[in-house]
Amino acid sequence: MTGQIVVQFLTGLASAASLFLIAAGLSIIFGVTRIVNFAHGSLYMLGAFIAYSLTQRLAAGTAYGFWISVLLAAFVVALIGVVIEILMLRRIYRAPELFQLLATFGVVLVVQDAALWIWGPVDLMGPRAPGLDSAVDILGQRLPEYDIALIVISPVVLGLLWLLFHRTRWGILVRAATQDREMVGALGRNQAWLFTSVFFVGAFLAGLGGAIQLPKGGADLLIDLNVIAAAFVVVVVGGMGSITGAFLAAILIGELQAFAVLVLPESTLVIMFLAMAVVLVVRPWGLLGRPMGEHAPGQAAEPLLRPATPRARLAWAALIGLLLVLPLIAEDFTLTLTIEIVILALFAASLHFIMGPGGMVSFGHAAYFGLGAYGAALLATTLNTPMELALLAAPVVAGLGALVFGWFCVRLSGVYLAMLTLAFAQIAWSVVFQWYEFTGGEDGLLGIRRTPWADDRIVFYYLVLAACGVAIYAMRRMIFAPFGYAVRAGRDSRLRADAIGIDCRRFDWMAFLVAGAMAGIAGGLYVYSKGSVFPDEMSIPRSVDGLVMVLLGGVQTLSGPIFGAAGFTWLQDEISRLEYWRFILGGTIIGLVLAFPQGLGGIWRQIEALIRRRRATGIEAGR
Amino acid sequence: MTGAAPMLEVAGISSFYGWARILFDLSLSVGRGEVAVLLGRNGAGKSTTLKSIVGLVRPSGGSVAFQGTEIAGMPPHRIVRMGLGYVPEERRIFTDLTVAENLEVGRQRPRADAPEWSVDKLFALFPNLAEMQGRPAGRMSGGEQQMLCVARTLMGNPSLILLDEPSEGLAPVIVDQMAATIGELKSRGLSILLSEQNLRFARMVSDRAYIIEKGRIRWQGSMDDLESDEAVKQQYLVV
Ligand SMILES: Nc1ncnc2c1ncn2[C@@H]1O[C@H](COP(=O)(O)OP(=O)(O)OP(=O)(O)O)[C@@H](O)[C@H]1O
Ligand SMILES: [Mg+2]
Repeated sequence: MTGQIVVQFLTGLASAASLFLIAAGLSIIFGVTRIVNFAHGSLYMLGAFIAYSLTQRLAAGTAYGFWISVLLAAFVVALIGVVIEILMLRRIYRAPELFQLLATFGVVLVVQDAALWIWGPVDLMGPRAPGLDSAVDILGQRLPEYDIALIVISPVVLGLLWLLFHRTRWGILVRAATQDREMVGALGRNQAWLFTSVFFVGAFLAGLGGAIQLPKGGADLLIDLNVIAAAFVVVVVGGMGSITGAFLAAILIGELQAFAVLVLPESTLVIMFLAMAVVLVVRPWGLLGRPMGEHAPGQAAEPLLRPATPRARLAWAALIGLLLVLPLIAEDFTLTLTIEIVILALFAASLHFIMGPGGMVSFGHAAYFGLGAYGAALLATTLNTPMELALLAAPVVAGLGALVFGWFCVRLSGVYLAMLTLAFAQIAWSVVFQWYEFTGGEDGLLGIRRTPWADDRIVFYYLVLAACGVAIYAMRRMIFAPFGYAVRAGRDSRLRADAIGIDCRRFDWMAFLVAGAMAGIAGGLYVYSKGSVFPDEMSIPRSVDGLVMVLLGGVQTLSGPIFGAAGFTWLQDEISRLEYWRFILGGTIIGLVLAFPQGLGGIWRQIEALIRRRRATGIEAGR
Repeated sequence: MTGAAPMLEVAGISSFYGWARILFDLSLSVGRGEVAVLLGRNGAGKSTTLKSIVGLVRPSGGSVAFQGTEIAGMPPHRIVRMGLGYVPEERRIFTDLTVAENLEVGRQRPRADAPEWSVDKLFALFPNLAEMQGRPAGRMSGGEQQMLCVARTLMGNPSLILLDEPSEGLAPVIVDQMAATIGELKSRGLSILLSEQNLRFARMVSDRAYIIEKGRIRWQGSMDDLESDEAVKQQYLVV
C-alpha cells in the first residue's frame, strides 16, 4: 500500500515535468509581451513530432542520440517561435489583446494542418529512451526509469531559469519589462529584440516539454489543444507570470491527477477544475501571482453604443423582410445554410453580450452552446421528451452551467477570465467526451427528430427565425436598459462603478447567465436542425468560431456579430470540403488580423481620428 | 556640425490623445549646460510635453531636434540611446527588482559628449542608495524611489535629462536634497529640462522658465524676470 502511494506520488511528479515546461514558457511570454499564446500547445506538439522524427534518424537507439534529438527538437521549435514572433506578433503588439489571441489561434489551425501534412493522421508511438527503458523497484512497486529522469528535469530547469532571470543582464531586463515594458523602452532598450528573445526561450520550453514526454505519450494531432487547456489551468493556478508558481501548480495538478487515477479514473479532468476553482476562490490571482491593474492608462475610451438610427432601423426592417420571404425564393440548400447562420448569429450575439457591453472575454462560450445542445438532445434521447419541451430546457441547462461557471469567472478579469472560461469549456467538453455511456462520447447522439408539425424545413426555418429574432432583440433591449448601463459602467471603471453603489460582480454574473442561456437556445435549435450532436459543438474551435464572428463584425457594434456570423459561416461552408481547410481558415484569420489590427470597426475610428487631427492642426496653422 | 546647435529645440509641436488635442504649436529650447523649467498648473500639459520629446507620445506636426538631429517620430529607445534621459512623473521604478538591478536596466555605453556615470559614482551622489543595493525597490520610501529613478536614468550617461515634477510628493528636506542634486548635475555639464508646479523649487535650480497653460506656452523668460512679474505668477501659477 505505501509502495503504491509512493510510486503514484513519483508518477505525479514525473507527469508534472512537461506541464511545468509548457506553462513556464506560456507564463514568460505572457509576462513580457502580454500575449496569451494560444499556439503554445502547438509548439509543444511540434516538439513531440520533431523529436520523433529526429530520434528515428540521429544515432537511433543510443542514449546520446535520444537526448540530442530532444534538445535539437526544442531548439527547432524555438526557431519556429521566433519566426512566428517576427512575422506575425511583432506587427500586432499594439492591437487589442483579443486580436492577438485570435492570431495565435490562427497559428494553431495552420500548425494542425501542417503537422497533418508532414506526419500524417496516425498517432505516433514514442521510442523508449535508450538506457532508461527498464523499471526500478520501489517498495515492491515498479517505476519506469524514465520517470526518474523526468522528476529530475523540472527542478533543474527551474534552477536554470532562476539563474537566467537573476544572474544575467538579459534576465534583469526581462523582469523589468514584465513589470513595465514601456519604461524599459524609455531607458533605451529595444523592446522588439527583447520580445523576440523571450519568445525564443518560451518556445524552447514548450518544445522541450513536448519532446521529453514523447516516450510516455507519443505524438498525435490532438495534444495541442489538450495540453494548452491544462497549461492554462497551471498558469492560472500558479499565478500569471510566476515561474515558481507554475512549478508548484504543475506538481499540484500532476499529483491530483495521479491519485485521481487510482480512485476514480473518469475524474482526472474534473479534479483539475476543482483544484483551480478552490485556488481561485482563495487566491484570485493564483498561488504566487499578483493582481493586474485596471485599464492601462492611455487607452482610448470605448466608443458609445447607440440605439439604432432611423436609417439603421430601415436596414433592419429590410433584412427581416428578406429573411421572411426567403423560403419563397431560395432552394433547400440555401435555406439550410440560412438556418445555421441564424442560429450561429444568436450564438455570436450572446457572446457579444458579455464581450462588448460587459468587457468580459470568453474563450469558452461554446460550453453553453454545447450544454444547451446536449441538454436538449439527452432529454430527447433518454426521456423521449418532445421537441417543444427540450427546446425550453436547453436555455435552462445552459443557464445553470453559466451560473456555476460564471460565479467563478466574474471574480477575475482580462486574460485570467478568458483562460478560466476556456478551462471550464474544456472540462465540459471532456465530460461529454469521456462519459461514453451517457453522452455517447465521440460518437455523439443521433436520430433526434423534430415534432411532426415542425418537420417541414420551411416551418422549422420560421421557428428558428422567430426564436433567434426574439432572443437577439431581447438582448438589445437589455443593453439599453438600466441593467445594460450598469454592466457597461462596470466594464469602463470598476472602481468608480463600485463607488456609486453598483454591485458590478452581481451584474456581470447576471450578464453571464443571460449570455449562457441565450447560447443554450442556439444550441438547442442547432440540435434539431441537424438531428444529431457531437462533442465538437462545445470544443475550443467552436468557441473561437464565436470570437471570430464577433471580432469580424466589430466588438462595439450591435449588428456586428450578426454580420460576422453570416460571413464566417458562409466562408466555412465554402472551404470545409477541402482537405486542408484549417490551413486556409487559420491563414485567413492571421491575414485579417495583420491587415486590420484594430478590427474592421477600428479602421473607421482611426481614419476619423486622423481627419479630426488634420482639421484641428489645419485651423491652428491657418490662424 | 552639431556643436553649435542647442541641446534641445522644440518647434511648433502638437500632440493628441486619441481625438483630444493637448499641445498647441508648442515651442521651447534648452541650451547646453542650462537648466530650464516648464511651469504650469495641473493638467496644463507639462508631462505631455516631456513625453512628446522623448517619443512616448508621438507629436503630430512640428519638429524636435536633439543636438541638431531631428528625433520627432523616432521610438523612445532610439531617442534615449542618443543621450536624452527621461525621468517620468510616476517614477515607474521596477519594484520587483533590487536597487542594483534597477540601475542595471538603465545602463548604457559611455558617450564622448556626456558625463560618464558608474554605479559607484551614483552611490557617491546618492549615499542612501548605496546602503540598500540589495533591497527590492518596492520597499523604499517615496524620496528614495525618486532618487533611484534619477540614478537609473543617469546610468544611461545622458547629456540632457527630462525630469517630470521631481519634487512632487516629497518632504521639504528631500526637496532640498533634490535641488542640491540637480545643482550637482548641472555643474558636471548636464543640460536639464524639468517640469514643476512648485515655484520655490524651480527658483532654487533653474536658469530659465516657460509657463504653459492649456497646452500653449504663455510666457517665457529668465527666472529673475519671472520673480519680478507678480501679474504673471498670479495668472498662471499657484503661489
Ligand atoms: N493618457 C491620456 N489620455 C487622455 N488624456 C490625457 C492622458 N494623459 C493626460 N491627458 C490629458 O492631457 C492634459 C494634459 O495632461 P498632462 O499630464 O500633460 O498635464 P500636467 O501638466 O503634467 O499635469 P500634472 O501637473 O497634473 O501632472 C490633461 O487635460 C489630461 O487630462
Ligand atoms: Mg504631469
